Amino acid sequence: MQWDVIIQWLPKLFEGVGLTLQLVALSGVIGLILAIPLGVARASQHWYVRALPYGYIFLFRGTPLLVQLFLVYYGLAQFEAVRKGPLWPYLRDPFWCAVITMTLHTMAYIAEIVRGAIQAVPAGEIEAARALGMSKWQTMLFITLPRAARIGLPAYSNEVILMLKASALASTITLLDLTGMARTIIARTYLPVEIFFAAGMLYLLISYGLVLCFKLLEKWLRVDTGQLGR
Amino acid sequence: MIDLHGFGPALVAGTLMTIQLALCALVLGLMLGLAGALAKTSGNRLLMAVGGFYSTVVRGVPELLWVLLIYFGTVNLMRAIGSYVGKPELELSPFAAGVLALALCFGAYATEVFRGALLAVPPGHREAGLALGMSTVRIYWRIILPQMWRIALPGLGNLFMILMKDTALVSVIGLEELMRRSQIAVTATKEPFTFFLVAALIYLSLTIVAMVGLHFLERHAARGFVRPVS
Repeated sequence: MQWDVIIQWLPKLFEGVGLTLQLVALSGVIGLILAIPLGVARASQHWYVRALPYGYIFLFRGTPLLVQLFLVYYGLAQFEAVRKGPLWPYLRDPFWCAVITMTLHTMAYIAEIVRGAIQAVPAGEIEAARALGMSKWQTMLFITLPRAARIGLPAYSNEVILMLKASALASTITLLDLTGMARTIIARTYLPVEIFFAAGMLYLLISYGLVLCFKLLEKWLRVDTGQLGR
Repeated sequence: MIDLHGFGPALVAGTLMTIQLALCALVLGLMLGLAGALAKTSGNRLLMAVGGFYSTVVRGVPELLWVLLIYFGTVNLMRAIGSYVGKPELELSPFAAGVLALALCFGAYATEVFRGALLAVPPGHREAGLALGMSTVRIYWRIILPQMWRIALPGLGNLFMILMKDTALVSVIGLEELMRRSQIAVTATKEPFTFFLVAALIYLSLTIVAMVGLHFLERHAARGFVRPVS
């Protein structure tokens, strides 16, 4: 193990960490916002509302992220209309392609979490809200969703960690995230074990930090007071 | 119909390679997971620490990084072993590296699934075995493992789907599985969207086949198990 090499390249690796965090934060936040309506629709009692989100979730959960990434980054350029279109400056940029793909991907998973959380809200609480004269939308907004947020939070934190690890795939479309940066450094130093070890440790540290953040968030939202008898 | 420009057979060969890779990694991963779970529930402090270290560290580092690390990081190690046994050209093939990396990741998650399932077997069953004078190995083999299997199956099924999608990552180290074959076809035909879409559909159908297979496995494992009347 050549520790001096690791230390020498650490600043470069930290640059990679920055990009990785950007990818995870953007896709995690946008994905969550978009997933809420998707998950609510997925939990609908009407089949025609449920069908479309179901198909979307099935498609995105059934195919590898790498394929989705290549479809967006390399695939879309096959169409003249896309290359001439107004979105081309974004779709040409690997960063935005990675953000778009990761968002679409994580959105499917988070929507399932939202659905599970909504269905786990005790029926009595919803009935109580309705009995108090709240409309369907009011019940959804003030009772079901805040309650579901607390039920779904631990699963969401898992999903964010999974996205952290999935963000390593961004290195396959030329982005210099933590993995991409590590590969570039290895191409110069020929020391795969040292550099990958350092990158792995950094990933571990980031996920540890994320876990801590979510613990704080759970405390702030008082997740465990929802259960009876505590 | 989609024009594959004569790359159909290549994609079929790639699909077969993907299936082989997934099944090999599954077998090795199940063994690793079971070993990890047994270590974690053993009560022996050293074994518990090893099991905990394995599942924590492996789950915290991206799958792609493991694939790269095991393929590029073991070159020197394999050379050393190779020169010791008189074959200095010895190296890990992309297939072997892929199986190792995927099995390692699968095993880390399976450790947790198996651990949960082991703990879900009522302690009374184990005590009954002890009271009948069965040896520890026999209790595991005859009583605990067959019951644990049923509880662990849904979790393992999810992990297998993830494993199957992660096989796409092995294309990064040049194994000619489905994803790599599609990339080769794309280089020749300049039709990225077509071929990556076909690859996505093939992955999707593999997922569907796995889902159906799991359904029957679960039914088989749950035979003779009466659901409590609710």
